Amino acid sequence: MDRTHLLNELWQYQLKFGFISDKAISRISKKLNVSIVEIESVITFYHFFHQKPTGEYIIYLNNSIISDIKGYEAVKAAFEKETGCTFNEDGDKEFSLFDTSCIGMSDQEPAALINFLPFTDLTPNKVKHIIASLKNGENLEDLASKTKSKIQYHPEGEKAIIFRPYEMGKSIEEGLKFTPEEIVNKISKAKLLGLGGAFFPVGYKWNSCKNNEADTKYIICNADEGEPGTFKDRALFQYLPGLVIEGMILAGYATGAKEGIIYLRAEYQYFKDKIEDVLSVFRKANLLGENILGVKDFDFEIRIQLGAGSYVCGAASALIESLEGRRGEPPVRFWSATKHGFRHKPTVVNNVETLAYASRIIELGEDHFLSMGTEESPGTKLLSISGDVAKPGIYEIEFGTSIIDLLGIEMSQATSPYFIQVSGPSGECVNNTEFNRRICKEDIMCGGSFMVFNRTRDILNILRNFMEFFKEESCGVCTPCRAGNYILTEKVKKMQRGLSSQEDIEEIKQWGKIIKLSSRCGLGKSSPNSLIYAVDKFKDYFNLKIPPTNEFLNVEFDMEDAVQEFDSFIKDTQT
Amino acid sequence: MKEVKFKIDGRECTALKGQNLIEAAKANGIFIPTLCYFKHLNPLGSCRICTVKNNGRPIAGCTLTIDEGMDIEVNSAELLDLRKAILEMMFVEGNHFCPSCEKSGDCEMQNLGYETGIRYARFPHLFVDRVVDARPERIVVNQNRCIKCKRCIEEIETNDGHKVFNFTNRGNQTMVSVDYEQEAKLSEQQAEHAMRICPTGSILVKGKSFGKPFGDRQYDFAKADTNIPLTDLKKHIKKDKKKKRVATTSLAGCFGCHMSMLDIDLGLFDLVDIVEFDKSPLTDFKKFDERCDIGLIEGGCCNTDNIEVLRKFRKHCDILISVGECAIWGGVPAIRNTLPLEDCLKEAYLDSLTSEENETVIPNHEDIPKILDKVYCNHEVVKIDYHIPGCPPNANHIWNVVKNILFEEDYSITYPEFKYD
Ligand SMILES: Cc1cc2nc3c(=O)[nH]c(=O)nc-3n(C[C@H](O)[C@H](O)[C@H](O)COP(=O)(O)O)c2cc1C
Ligand code: SF4
Ligand code: SF4
Ligand code: SF4
Ligand code: FES
Repeated sequence: MDRTHLLNELWQYQLKFGFISDKAISRISKKLNVSIVEIESVITFYHFFHQKPTGEYIIYLNNSIISDIKGYEAVKAAFEKETGCTFNEDGDKEFSLFDTSCIGMSDQEPAALINFLPFTDLTPNKVKHIIASLKNGENLEDLASKTKSKIQYHPEGEKAIIFRPYEMGKSIEEGLKFTPEEIVNKISKAKLLGLGGAFFPVGYKWNSCKNNEADTKYIICNADEGEPGTFKDRALFQYLPGLVIEGMILAGYATGAKEGIIYLRAEYQYFKDKIEDVLSVFRKANLLGENILGVKDFDFEIRIQLGAGSYVCGAASALIESLEGRRGEPPVRFWSATKHGFRHKPTVVNNVETLAYASRIIELGEDHFLSMGTEESPGTKLLSISGDVAKPGIYEIEFGTSIIDLLGIEMSQATSPYFIQVSGPSGECVNNTEFNRRICKEDIMCGGSFMVFNRTRDILNILRNFMEFFKEESCGVCTPCRAGNYILTEKVKKMQRGLSSQEDIEEIKQWGKIIKLSSRCGLGKSSPNSLIYAVDKFKDYFNLKIPPTNEFLNVEFDMEDAVQEFDSFIKDTQT
Repeated sequence: MKEVKFKIDGRECTALKGQNLIEAAKANGIFIPTLCYFKHLNPLGSCRICTVKNNGRPIAGCTLTIDEGMDIEVNSAELLDLRKAILEMMFVEGNHFCPSCEKSGDCEMQNLGYETGIRYARFPHLFVDRVVDARPERIVVNQNRCIKCKRCIEEIETNDGHKVFNFTNRGNQTMVSVDYEQEAKLSEQQAEHAMRICPTGSILVKGKSFGKPFGDRQYDFAKADTNIPLTDLKKHIKKDKKKKRVATTSLAGCFGCHMSMLDIDLGLFDLVDIVEFDKSPLTDFKKFDERCDIGLIEGGCCNTDNIEVLRKFRKHCDILISVGECAIWGGVPAIRNTLPLEDCLKEAYLDSLTSEENETVIPNHEDIPKILDKVYCNHEVVKIDYHIPGCPPNANHIWNVVKNILFEEDYSITYPEFKYD
């Protein structure tokens, strides 16, 4: 067996038996001729692989901050009450309950996956009904929710780039009129930026892959969409899967790659079959396969690889590790993926949305794209807006749109917005003096996650949720990110207990900077961002948290709290 | 290969193009601290101790190869502090009880602690309950000390090429696990190799845990004549002037630090000429008479009385010094911090081997202090001005610091004069 099949092999056991037994591990390790601990190292890295038996129904409840403000606690309690199981423990024969990071459903929270089928807009009552029905033996699929997000806004008529009528094969037909070189030039001319969060110029990436000679090259569509609050890639796959697939085919044509892989996050496996269907339609129409649309030697095939629950695997280099059947640790890099990527071959990794835009640019021409947006970031962008807004959902906005417009009556209709998180936990928070800032390269970029919090939300609660996310999702390989995010989480917890001083504020900034400076990959380099920004941008809030300094230089220490455990134990044993 | 020019901290250096920065720097007489870096292994880039800036961009030095014209920053104040901070993270993330560690004195991590001058960690200790795995045939893996450097994972293989170690879990739960089947195939020599390449005391070979006797260990340098002299005490004897006042106390400590304070032998006679003791176990004064110049605190806080005493010291002393590991971060009493208080109380008072059924009780009375949920180090409770590491710190070390502070002399104690054990 080839190591790149490891994740699929593990999935087979996981889905069939609910866990991966020691016997199975031993069998797989023999097949791969590696030690057992090597297989275990992979299994334990991914959230959705279990080494202990699970119940017939595995329930993953999203614990993101949006879920939290929409009623996570009550829903969680309801699940525990109705099933009689406890979260994050083994569970019984029927049910196992687990928390999980954002499942890309922020416009329909609280949401959960039950055996990887979506259940959205949950309430305690709904949970009661679902669990009762399952116990009754009803079909899970019949109970599952529809998940298509509302497209709340796009530029009118001809101006829309993504959300306009789609005709299968049109961009490819258009693209084949040009040479690969010309395709790359068109993308470069359009100044298309990678939309997965890093905003790296797409033309440059395609060009360098094109120029690296090799017998095999790969196009990878990054559908790991793990940044909490983002769901635009899901929406794209649900509304316009063909557009994304055409983007991959065009990337293959432009770079000389013949194989495409969609790395689909495990949370989205409920629409995997639908993508497979579209792929077959493409094959039948000779838009995939050999000699595509009669162009000699233009061959391209696409397969889907399921992830297994890991945010960091969205980082291109970790994604490749994961594809190769290893832990998703971003490797020490000596070269770019366009030189030595998947299987050490030139590889382009692009975000779902990026590929969709690439299709449209070829279809509509770069001038249409350049006529919109700003100088440095032309065109439009998809945002996933969630939180305290009347109209959560997908927005196709022109680059340069201001935050105040996004929040306004024409768009998301936010109610007393207070704390806006742009680009998810690894991005930047914005206060109400900055609402005139514009979403564009010249001002503040947004990867897709746009979370709105109103005045009733507690900032430390938001920040704690973010830090716990990073603490959990760090790959664990480097010290500052693994230990540092843990330390910062403890700091936030301490502040929540009312034990903060000005020194804590300073330390957050200093420690955060150290983590950012010394971490290996983008996760650690951005994880302290929100915290660092927040203490400066929300001074009023934090000032209220800080008691005046005391005469005797006592540090904030809560003696009552520190003896509470003792007191309660004595009470339990001696009365 | 071509010889190229590059700069380290503004200094012109030369090296072969493509050479590893750590080696190139060394050849040019510049030391860059490393931990996970290991000669023949591919750079692991996991510990991040070697972080430098290349043309202003931070990067792990061990993963950098030299190219013409590179401008590398190694020893700026920012980077020196950053390295220290990363090491401190390692100390607080694991449970490094150096005084009881087999590797102490021979430990690369500890040595870097000395090298970077760590006296205490700026971060709170996390006290995570970690396993000591003694199930393998030849070795013991003590997760309390593992810094996840990955050396063992990359280096140790059986003769047929199977890995013996690997990471399991992720995030803050990441740990090094052993493949028992493969481990059993290691020869004694291979097992010892694993122990040697581990930069900490995490991998030990059964029956071989102490590589070298105390005193002869790699980082000991503990020759009798290099003991820090305690000199010039006499010059501060001024008959007309009021003597400086010192108070001391032992909180959750073992009195070892107080023993050490007395260990300056005849120096004591000089000492009492310049200082007088207020509240202290040495004088047996229970209350403060006057305001003191310095308070020396041994031990951390494990009960309510400790907290009260410590707060009193803060109130009555101009300067407070934490003396010894227990005071600085909890030390040996803090071993209980990885367990819930309930378990500790049960084990100590209810379920111990010598306890009789229905005859046991947890001491609890309004006159005796209550046990805190965990052992707190002193700077979590009051502001501490100085920290003197050691278990216990050397007597001369303690008094030199006191003298230095009292008389505002310039005196810095550097490695190898202070120790964590
Ligand atoms: C921790 C981390 C998580 C990431 N997650 C994603 C993701 O879920 N989806 C994505 O497209 N890019 C993600 N990225 C960005 C990718 O590394 C990469 O830049 C992107 O896939 C390249 O495609 P693009 O240029 O089209 O955006 C992540 C990066 C980091 C550091
Ligand atoms: S920064 Fe975090 S996620 Fe990235 S390599 Fe380091 S530990 Fe892993
Ligand atoms: S000697 Fe080294 S491994 Fe042992 S406790 Fe100290 S720092 Fe940790
Ligand atoms: S056991 Fe030792 S060599 Fe292995 S990762 Fe831990 S500290 Fe490094
Ligand atoms: S020595 Fe370079 S990262 Fe560890």
